[in-house]
Amino acid sequence: MVNDRPENILTVDNLVVDIPTPAGVLHAVRDVSFGLKKGRTLGIVGESGCGKSVTVMAIIGLLSKKIRVTAEQLKFSDMDLLGLSGRKFADIRGEHISMIFQEPMTALNPVYTIGEQLTEGYLRHRSATKANARNKALRLLDRVGISSAERRLNQYPHELSGGLRQRVMIAMALMCDPDIIIADEPTTALDVTIQAQILSLLSELQKETGTAMIIVSHDLGVISRVADHVLVMYAGRIVESGTAEQIFATPTHPYTQGLFSCIPVPGKTPKGSMLGSIPGVVPSLIGDLKGCMFRPRCDLASDRCLAQIPAVNFPVQHHVWCVAPVEELKERSEKVMLF
Amino acid sequence: MIEKKKFLFEFTDITKTYHVPQGLFSASRSLNALRNLSLNIRQGEVLGLVGESGCGKSTLAKILLRLEHPTSGEIIFSGKPFSEIKRSKLSEIVQPIFQDPYSSLNPSKTIGQIIEMPLIVHGNHDKKNRRHRVQKMLELMALPSRMLNVYPDQMSGGQRQRVAIARALITEPEMIICDEPTSALDVSVQAQVVNLLMSLQQKFKLTYLFITHDLAVVEHIADRVAVMYLGQIVEEAMTDEIFSSPKHPYTQALLGSVLTPDPRKAAPKINLGAAYPNPIDLPCGCAFHPRCPKALLPDCSVIAPDLVQFGKRNVMCSQINLNELRS
Amino acid sequence: MKNTYQIEEIAGPSSREIMFSRILGHRGLIIGAAVLCVITGMAILAPILTSHDPFTQDLSNRLVQPFWDEKGSTSHILGTDALGRDYLTRLIYGARVSLLIGFSTALGSGIIGTVLGLLSGYYGGRVDMLVTFIITTRLTLPVVLIALAVVSLVGGTLPVVVSVLSLLLWDRFAVVIRSATKQIRSKEFVSAAKAVGCSTPRILFVEILPNLVGSLVVIGSLEVGHAILLESALSFLGLGVQPPTPSWGLMVAEGKGLLFFKPWLITFPGVALALLVLSLNLIGDGIRDVTASKGIE
Repeated sequence: MVNDRPENILTVDNLVVDIPTPAGVLHAVRDVSFGLKKGRTLGIVGESGCGKSVTVMAIIGLLSKKIRVTAEQLKFSDMDLLGLSGRKFADIRGEHISMIFQEPMTALNPVYTIGEQLTEGYLRHRSATKANARNKALRLLDRVGISSAERRLNQYPHELSGGLRQRVMIAMALMCDPDIIIADEPTTALDVTIQAQILSLLSELQKETGTAMIIVSHDLGVISRVADHVLVMYAGRIVESGTAEQIFATPTHPYTQGLFSCIPVPGKTPKGSMLGSIPGVVPSLIGDLKGCMFRPRCDLASDRCLAQIPAVNFPVQHHVWCVAPVEELKERSEKVMLF
Repeated sequence: MIEKKKFLFEFTDITKTYHVPQGLFSASRSLNALRNLSLNIRQGEVLGLVGESGCGKSTLAKILLRLEHPTSGEIIFSGKPFSEIKRSKLSEIVQPIFQDPYSSLNPSKTIGQIIEMPLIVHGNHDKKNRRHRVQKMLELMALPSRMLNVYPDQMSGGQRQRVAIARALITEPEMIICDEPTSALDVSVQAQVVNLLMSLQQKFKLTYLFITHDLAVVEHIADRVAVMYLGQIVEEAMTDEIFSSPKHPYTQALLGSVLTPDPRKAAPKINLGAAYPNPIDLPCGCAFHPRCPKALLPDCSVIAPDLVQFGKRNVMCSQINLNELRS
Repeated sequence: MKNTYQIEEIAGPSSREIMFSRILGHRGLIIGAAVLCVITGMAILAPILTSHDPFTQDLSNRLVQPFWDEKGSTSHILGTDALGRDYLTRLIYGARVSLLIGFSTALGSGIIGTVLGLLSGYYGGRVDMLVTFIITTRLTLPVVLIALAVVSLVGGTLPVVVSVLSLLLWDRFAVVIRSATKQIRSKEFVSAAKAVGCSTPRILFVEILPNLVGSLVVIGSLEVGHAILLESALSFLGLGVQPPTPSWGLMVAEGKGLLFFKPWLITFPGVALALLVLSLNLIGDGIRDVTASKGIE
């Protein structure tokens, strides 16, 4: 097993998620494999429909029962997550793997106080006393930068701003000292200055507690600042993976390169110039899918793209799934460097 | 070479106050969406309006579209009072492009009907002529003509946004208000829309009021930038000046928060505290002082600074002195 | 690198196409529509289907049994009523009355309720408060009593019954259209229409109303059933359609005295009423299911 290493806290091998629809089977995630080391941050980046959110929802078991999730291996530490009963999965969720969602406005239950929501998971997983739970909640609220924590415990979500709610969500995720935190677009709905604060907070907390993190985002800036290792996803597959430096300094896959050329970088992109773009739309993922799904939009496409695409491994950790000649890819990579 | 462009719009001391009911028995509280706002928009320029939630940028857009009326203050359009311009002429002056491509098109109408609607409203009863103009618009937007009979739910976000642009342009307005036109789109689609907007602006010499929170896009497309906070303009200058040397502490924090995709850097440390801006409960004195890292108490909590012009830049901060600006 | 915008393919079938395929797969909707079509067809083709006249009395042939009884005959398939009128004929012509009253009332109450709903949903504020007050007042009124009172004062002709019921049954339309309008009002295409200079009537009827057609059809179908039941109740009490017009409610009233001796006199109109209202409900439910937007599974 490729990703099975002792220091991996999460091992995912060939994860496949199929969603039955009236029009056919939608292959939302196809053969996604990665390993997450303890204490490290994995960033999954891609546009809408690439399957990044479905991937993490599958890992944490939050997809509906109608959706078929299969994998060669899906292990948390030594525990096999595949085929885990609902009850057992619920035990793991919150205690070992917790999740921060995108919409702070709707992720909190409006009819319960902050205190009740913070302590709920802790009381369930740790069978602690209410006093213990409350103290921990206070400590965490303080740690995430919420002042007058005592007062906040008795407030309802609608009394807090979006940034504060997101901090509460982070505190909630940390209550049971999880081994992994999954953050799905944690800052997308927030203002720019608040976003910076939340990301900074997440990085700090992660270093402090040694928790591993998976952060899902469409925002390249967010991923670049926070992730150690990055997966670029397109149409349900990983097209490129590597360390953050490798991906951002030498984007190799044509999709990654195309994506990077679309972003204006203050100071680097000539003002008023036309931005790069990727022609076409994401293809439908329903039915039989052959070869590389980026082919209709790729200017390096050839007939070889219709077959199964193997990974090309650059030295140490940087993998690209593309059959185009490596020199050509590297040449183009230099033109889209973002920094 | 700096061209002296004429002013298309001049806002002087605009205030807009909403009354928020606090329940059946309590008095309503006032929400100061805009406070003594003064701004000039020059013809043919792209003015970027940046600010976070609660700053009032959407309210300003609504006032320009006559969807709201200012509580006080004066708006001049090309030398004439804006309020005197008839409703029917308004759509030849200013048209909007909104953020959400999924709610800005009527789902029960075809694309052709959506784009030609402004023409019908303005008394164009010539069906052939309307069709012709709509076709030309579609060409301009690089949309195939068979899209005429298609419904919005069959189209992608980027395509819908192009339809919205077509609808805005068909009355040939002088200014287009782009209210977060790319925020709800994927990155690759954003680039297409931005490119389209730029080329249309050059081709038709349009004026844009480009409202956004995406500072990277603003830096790329705008000639001038105005930064709003809690209903006021706190800094306004040419784009390159603001980005190279922001003077107002809020602008500095805002620019510092921009996440360029640089893995060598960590998440930026912004020192703004945990307070959030609430337009109902305005702080005394300078509205920004509770979060300002350079605030000097008690002065900043008492004095509400004016917008002062330094050269070609306007800044609203008591702590800025002329020496700093000269450097 | 290649840049600028490119022509793209249309993504996906239209929601109309999806809806049609869903319609064909929805059993309840098909059954309801089929039953309604049969009843409506019956009503329209009444003169062709039966040679008898619903008004002709034949006192020598009173209370003849239906044909499957030993005393019955095939000249009167469902027998005759107390005045010798052919029962099947009256049943078929009764469908006309029910359908006519049902649909006319739904149309009338629909217009009243939709206009009120649109105005209050769009304007909000004082207009909304006023309309809500009117709705609340209407909801406190006992519909059947008022209908009875008016009909007894003015007389029980078809136009009267339809008018009275239309003026009383608009509340569901108003409530649903009001909340739907409020939701749509906040959408950006309405702001865009205003910014272009659309007049308010145009916005209400050309921009907003077409989006409400789904809800209107659903409520309309349910209200048709509601009106039909009310009319038959009124007729049963003698204050709806007046004899000798064949109305199913009236037929039940005429037959109730002979319930134990000639049970078919009540059964047939009763079953017919139930079937018609059931089919309308099935259609209403079905349309609601079919036009509901698909959520994420």
